Amino acid sequence: MSINGKAYIAGVYEHPTRKATDKSLAQLHAESALGALKDAGLTKDDVDGYFCAGDAPGLGPLSLVDYMGLKLKHLDATETGGSSYVLHVGHAAEAIAMGKCSVALITLAGRPRAEGMATGTAPRNYGSSAPDVAFEFPFGPTVVNMYAMCAQRHMYEYGTTSEQLAWIKVAASHHAQYNEDAMLKNVVTVDEVVNSPMIADPLHRLDCCVISDGGGAIIVTSPEVAKTLKRPLVKVIGAGEAPKHQMGGKVDLTYSGAVWSGPMAFEEAHVKPTDIKYASIYDSFTITVLMQLEDLGFCEKGKGGAFVSDGNLIAGTGKLPFNTDGGGLCNNHPANRGGLTKVIEAVRQLRGEAHPNVQVQNCDLALAHGTGGSLGTRHGSATVIMERE
Amino acid sequence: MTVKQRTFPSPIADPDTEQFWTAAKDGKLMVGSCNSCGEKHYYPRGICPHCGAQDITLVEASGKGEIYSWSVLRRADPPFAIAYVTLDEGPTMMTNIIECDLDALSIGQRVKLKFSETEEADGPPVPTFVLD
Ligand SMILES: [Zn+2]
Repeated sequence: MSINGKAYIAGVYEHPTRKATDKSLAQLHAESALGALKDAGLTKDDVDGYFCAGDAPGLGPLSLVDYMGLKLKHLDATETGGSSYVLHVGHAAEAIAMGKCSVALITLAGRPRAEGMATGTAPRNYGSSAPDVAFEFPFGPTVVNMYAMCAQRHMYEYGTTSEQLAWIKVAASHHAQYNEDAMLKNVVTVDEVVNSPMIADPLHRLDCCVISDGGGAIIVTSPEVAKTLKRPLVKVIGAGEAPKHQMGGKVDLTYSGAVWSGPMAFEEAHVKPTDIKYASIYDSFTITVLMQLEDLGFCEKGKGGAFVSDGNLIAGTGKLPFNTDGGGLCNNHPANRGGLTKVIEAVRQLRGEAHPNVQVQNCDLALAHGTGGSLGTRHGSATVIMERE
Repeated sequence: MTVKQRTFPSPIADPDTEQFWTAAKDGKLMVGSCNSCGEKHYYPRGICPHCGAQDITLVEASGKGEIYSWSVLRRADPPFAIAYVTLDEGPTMMTNIIECDLDALSIGQRVKLKFSETEEADGPPVPTFVLD
């Protein structure tokens, strides 16, 4: 059984806040939900399935369901970090295909800026009962130094350069200049990226994403519901998900779980990477994008550096326009998680509602991909392929 | 050159790993060795991540290996080098490279085990490495 064609993305909403000192976390979730429902032309009472992840305050989904006053038939709080919401689109499509619900709501929100969290450079302890903590936490793993080790190894094995990685930020910044909500709107150059301060070798400050508050929501519906609404029809045609980890000590930092989630999604969608007109690729760091592009099959393994160079990811000039909202690298990174906003911009592209300066012509096929956790230790990968009907 | 070294939080042992940390107090780095499939693994655990068997013996590693990857967190105070080291016995483990020139690290460098004391007085030491 396949989810191809069994569900549509009927509504999306990106919360405009980038620093939410005046809003609670639950409020950000709820405002995002209402925004996506309004976009779809639906109301809260239409929702019969709810999906959230670890950023939801309270016991799994329960506190937010209570806060928003939802009455539901289907719940899913699968937590795979920032990839959760891309995975949720696939799970929502499955639930809808099985008749378990017909209007699924997915929310994300976070306020790391308002809370003053040292997001990238302080070790995160995911709980001392996690079996890996005693063998990792003492050594100071942070978000940035773990991704940095991936970049270091990629450079060693494939000759990837800092200048090549910088092109990814350059492309994101070209897109962000048109997004009035983006945190970083200045167009940057390769030189500016490689000359920005070193944070964790070989990643510079401008290789890193922004730290922002914010949120977003997605409404996934059955074909029957989608066809009663007034929005362009964005059909889910393929989804894949896979975890990757340290494999008992057979550590390989050169690839991500996208080597599995990508082919699953492409196979289900009956399309191939060269068919994709627009790609939203999770971008915690420049190296994240490069590895995922290779792993999804947009270029050969190890050739990502050449692929991203010379503006190849810039809308209008490049062969694979990516993250046309500016992505996590320039726009926003709510809850330090990127997956949900990736789906939102892909939907905008498929609807023809991206900013005119970055809108991909005849964009009828798009991919959104998320990574959650750390490429340096263990992570979830999720890929969704969507088609404009 | 005297470089300020970071201090290490003490790991908390559990029934699965008590033997590993007891050995660490004796200066021994242990890796899991599966008596069913013969593969070694790290971090140590009660089930073989390769074949699923529970017949695991901890065996002492030589403490020699090479840097698989590394990064110096320049924004930390003090800056320090995190690394994955591939032991000569096979498994790759997360660690720190200590007492080294932070500007002279590279993948493939040979390293050897040197345990570091941790913050709690009765906490076990953690396996760190120096250049060999
Ligand atoms: Zn085994």
